[in-house]
Amino acid sequence: MAMDLTLVWAGIISLAIIGYVVLDGFDLGLGMLFAVFPKRRDRDVMMNSVAPVWDGNETWLVMGGGGLFAAFPFAYALILPALYIPIIAMLLALVFRGVAFEFRWKTERWRGVWDLSFIGGSALAAFAQGVTLGGLIQGIEVDLATRSYAGGAFDFLTPFSVLTGLSVMIGYMLLGATWLVMKTEGDLQARARFWSWVMAVGTVASILVVSLFTPYLEPAYFARWFTFPSILFAGIVPLAVAATVVLLFRSLHVNHHDYRPFFLSLGLFVLSFVGLGVSLYPYVVPPSVTIWDAAAPEASQIFMLFGAAVLLPLIVGYTAYAYWVFRGKIDPEEGYH
Amino acid sequence: MFEAFDALMLARIQFAFTVSFHFLFPAFSIGLASYLFVLNALHYSTGKPVYLTLFQFWKKIFALAFAMGVVSGITMSYQFGTNWSVFSDRAGPVIGAPMAYEVLSAFFLEAGFLGIMLFGRSRVGPRLHLVATGVVAFGTFLSAFWILSVNSWMQTPAGFEIAPNGQFVPTDFWQVIFNPSFPYRLAHTVTAAYLTTAFIVGGVGAYQLLRKKRREDRPGARTMFSMAMWMAAIVAPIQVFLGDAHGLNTLEHQPQKVMAMEGHFDSHPDGAPLILFGIPNSAEKRIDYAVEIPKLSSLILKHDLDAPLAGLDTIPEDEQPPVGIVFWSFRVMVALGFLMVGIGFWSLYARWRGTLFSDRKLHWTAFLAAPSGLVAVIAGWITTEVGRQPYTVYGLMRTAESVSPLSAATVGATLLAFIVIYFAVFGAGTFYILRLMKTGPKPIEDDRPDGPIRTAGITPAPSIDDKFIPAE
Ligand code: HDD
Ligand code: HEM
Ligand code: HEM
Repeated sequence: MAMDLTLVWAGIISLAIIGYVVLDGFDLGLGMLFAVFPKRRDRDVMMNSVAPVWDGNETWLVMGGGGLFAAFPFAYALILPALYIPIIAMLLALVFRGVAFEFRWKTERWRGVWDLSFIGGSALAAFAQGVTLGGLIQGIEVDLATRSYAGGAFDFLTPFSVLTGLSVMIGYMLLGATWLVMKTEGDLQARARFWSWVMAVGTVASILVVSLFTPYLEPAYFARWFTFPSILFAGIVPLAVAATVVLLFRSLHVNHHDYRPFFLSLGLFVLSFVGLGVSLYPYVVPPSVTIWDAAAPEASQIFMLFGAAVLLPLIVGYTAYAYWVFRGKIDPEEGYH
Repeated sequence: MFEAFDALMLARIQFAFTVSFHFLFPAFSIGLASYLFVLNALHYSTGKPVYLTLFQFWKKIFALAFAMGVVSGITMSYQFGTNWSVFSDRAGPVIGAPMAYEVLSAFFLEAGFLGIMLFGRSRVGPRLHLVATGVVAFGTFLSAFWILSVNSWMQTPAGFEIAPNGQFVPTDFWQVIFNPSFPYRLAHTVTAAYLTTAFIVGGVGAYQLLRKKRREDRPGARTMFSMAMWMAAIVAPIQVFLGDAHGLNTLEHQPQKVMAMEGHFDSHPDGAPLILFGIPNSAEKRIDYAVEIPKLSSLILKHDLDAPLAGLDTIPEDEQPPVGIVFWSFRVMVALGFLMVGIGFWSLYARWRGTLFSDRKLHWTAFLAAPSGLVAVIAGWITTEVGRQPYTVYGLMRTAESVSPLSAATVGATLLAFIVIYFAVFGAGTFYILRLMKTGPKPIEDDRPDGPIRTAGITPAPSIDDKFIPAE
């Protein structure tokens, strides 16, 4: 077979993960930003801006996990026990924030509690995702003979994974704030613009620190970034990041750009993800398991490819339709919810 | 060694706890999604305001149940890897694909149209809104289809071979998906979901009928109650029939499970009795205080009074499922099944007599039976899952081999967190649902075709301000 299905599947899973980060990132970020928008009315508007779409956004997480299970079962079986604690923490955090979408409208007295559960759940979920990412990048100890995770429960916890955890929190808040700039008006929008600016500065700093750190974690990463010829390709990424950052700051500066900051921030995330891919490839569980080691047999890959080829375009289509139905600024008077 | 056993036990308890909790919500929302579609369609075609009133009311409850189903379901999709990593590695090539199909075909569909169904009526108009409701209902069915296919494959594996590295490798996906127990399990479980919803809706209707103090019935109460009782009368008998067929299929493929359900420790060469009640005594391998009907079990399972039936004495000790739990959970399910049939017939009788809306005994019974579906569903699953022990993949891979390499302390700590958080969070959600049910529907003026453009639903302000009547 000319086409390498394993590569195709690695591509699909990567798309699912980036899809998740891009879509759920802003609504997790918005959840954290609740903390700096204490007014009831502002919070109502903020929540209404994502209420119709958050479930779809989180489905990409299920797709990432389910896709990994289906296409790279060995990797799934290694990563989940290795990163057990941050993953369970993320799942429980998502419980808290997911139910808040419904529960906070159902009670007067406990609204504060569910707002807190929304903020805390979003923050913990974002942090745990960042830690999971860091834990994966820094490598997982594998016993290849028994095909199982060989480390301890807390191996994931290092300064690096804490750093990636915090970075993801900040980055998501940038997405959330620029989303608000896009979806709101007036005073709320002005404050969202301010927070976008703050988080943009934080995100740029995080990207810098993580990028400086990463090449020193594994010799392979270092080689990827600093030797000829891969540097030719790898070098494009930082340049593109720099250009995006410049555009982002300019768009935040000029007050009439409502949409641009959000899409530029998304661009920043996509580029960082590409950078990550450059480091990791071809490993799915660094430093020892490549995508080919972990791939499901060809029969499984082919069977799933039919479904993905037909259904993924459909999904993108009707998801876009749902966003279209709820397009435009949130009108606080409309009380639509 | 002892520690390994502990981690295994904790992982099993954790999985059983999270999946049972999860299933409570789909069991309700699969049926409710279809009910909402029916209400929406009735309103669309007849224009009667009562259907819109009921739609708006049950929609709020659906939104709550669905949100809880989603967050507990996201947990499930990672529990395979966190708790059963060895199983995931080995069985992933086979069951990963149907699970991926579930995400691609069902979850995205539900999620994509849920927003429109809940919030978008004024934005897309009644016709597309009806379509969106239908799509959500179809999505919940597809979810059930795929996940039950996966579960059934674990019960009756087919269409695979075992690779040198120990992985199950698919040879024929058609056989994987339509494995021998799948059609029975799908039919029985989806029907169970419909019954669960029917009894909840009927219970709420009955409650609202009972609350009528002065002059009038509360809005929609008669309609809900009547619709629910039709479901009960028609579907409950079908469910008994489907359950019987499912059991016969199980006898063919997992005879030990049926032995445990029936409490047959011993073989009966000439006609086995049906044990109605008794206390399984696993140490002595007998049923204490058994109340039994001679030869009936052979009649049910073999359609012959004198047919021989083998018992657990023919099965090696280390392949036997625990009898106590399976024996009891099975009886709970079957008893509730017959209770449902009884209520259904009673309602037919009352309907015929013209007392459907005035028979307070019937209303009280239906009210008390509201949670019967949920209990039956969990009891059924416990029968199924515990009855297939000690295997995860029946006959091929044991539960003990499937578990992740984690310490008991880690699994124990997260188990505790799950228990505390699930009870707190889902407890609160259940409380909100019950409160909505207690309040009951509020009448809604018909807005067709061009009423005020303002969506209600799980409305922020209106649901707090009792006097404000949302006019979708
Ligand atoms: C409203 C729910 C409900 C009701 C009233 C019944 N069941 Fe059930 N039953 C289920 C809900 C359920 C279930 C939750 O859907 C299960 C669990 C797994 C499955 O396939 O279906 C189940 C499993 C299940 C099994 C186990 C099959 C296996 O594991 O291989 C048997 C033999 C029966 N049922 C038989 C019956 C009979 C004879 C019933 C009536 C008298 C009955 N069920 C009523
Ligand atoms: C939704 C309803 C379900 C309920 C209530 C349920 C219940 C249970 C229970 C009680 C156990 C523990 C049995 C024991 O350890 O003695 C269990 C185990 C398990 N179930 Fe289910 N189950 C459900 C659905 C599923 C589905 C759909 C799957 C697979 C797709 C599944 C896969 C498993 C696995 C892997 C185990 C662990 C191995 C074991 O201990 O049996 N379950 N489940
Ligand atoms: C171990 C087994 C299971 C796993 C891994 C699982 C996984 C999930 C996930 C990830 C979701 C959230 C989907 C979203 O984001 O929209 C979900 C929801 C759902 N699941 Fe499960 N599930 C399991 C068992 C079951 C069973 C046995 C059924 C039905 C027979 C079922 C039916 C549904 C339905 C209908 C939903 C939609 C939400 C709802 O109706 O509450 N699931 N499940």
